Amino acid sequence: MNLLREVTQDQLRTDIPDFRPGDTVKVHVRLKEGNKERIQVFEGLVIARKHGGVSETFTVRKISSGVGVERSFPLHAPTIAKIEVSRRGQVRRAKLYYIRKLRGKAARIKEAPRKA
Amino acid sequence: MVKGILGKKIGMTQVFDDEGRVIPVTVVQAGPCVIVQRKKAGTDGYEAAQLGLVEASPAKRPTRPVTGHFAKAGVPPTRFVAEVPVDADDEAKPGDAVLVELFEVDDTVKVTGTSKGRGFQGVIRRHGFGGGRATLGSMFHRAPGSIGAAAYPARVFPGVGMPGQHGNRRASVKNVRVVKVDAERNLLFLKGGVPGARDGYLRIVKVS
Repeated sequence: MNLLREVTQDQLRTDIPDFRPGDTVKVHVRLKEGNKERIQVFEGLVIARKHGGVSETFTVRKISSGVGVERSFPLHAPTIAKIEVSRRGQVRRAKLYYIRKLRGKAARIKEAPRKA
Repeated sequence: MVKGILGKKIGMTQVFDDEGRVIPVTVVQAGPCVIVQRKKAGTDGYEAAQLGLVEASPAKRPTRPVTGHFAKAGVPPTRFVAEVPVDADDEAKPGDAVLVELFEVDDTVKVTGTSKGRGFQGVIRRHGFGGGRATLGSMFHRAPGSIGAAAYPARVFPGVGMPGQHGNRRASVKNVRVVKVDAERNLLFLKGGVPGARDGYLRIVKVS
């Protein structure tokens, strides 16, 4: 198993900020359109971080024109240009799937006193 | 050219391709191997190279015939030995090394190994039979059902699915793509899964 870690080491990104479920992040995604490259920002609440090593992924949820939209990204994907943490949230669990059933005021997350 | 190599399954992980897509890969410790015997069309009826996979631990307590066979090639006995095809006019001779370098990215290979043993399994798990309903008075659940007619043919045809040992037999996957070759560490990255458990021995042969 150590060898597996070793061979994927060079694919790990070191420029990823520390963020947890409950935080609100802006994910800058590189998009290829024909031969042009464009950056799209997906901002929302991080509701889960899963797996480890190169396989680590995180899920971001946002409400887009009244509809809940979730997008999962591989944490170490080269298609992610940048991740910005816009808000730190205080939550008591690692997976915030319960938020899917909540609307409006109930779906708010308390701001964390945590320092960046 | 020697057209294959022996290896050991390390495990699965993933890599990102040029476009940033995730590709599932199996990492295989491929070689270094040594040629133990060179089979020729003239003497053996076909062209092949018998390879031995060189590992940190050599073969334990090799029998005298095995010791002699390896002594002929001038190499220490290995645990795992298998044949791979070789071009007829190839110079490869016993004692030569076979390394991962023979593979290139995007080569297509066939991977043969021993599948994970699942023990004695019924017909549903082993052959994918449908089985019966679980409820409502059904008295037929996971049994194989009819295995043929009666007075004629008065026997069971060969190949009828029945319970028995499942897995732990030779299995191959064809058309596997080589995603990456790590010559320094003798590693081969193959797209997708390959038969067997981690540390299982594999034979990887190029297909054209």
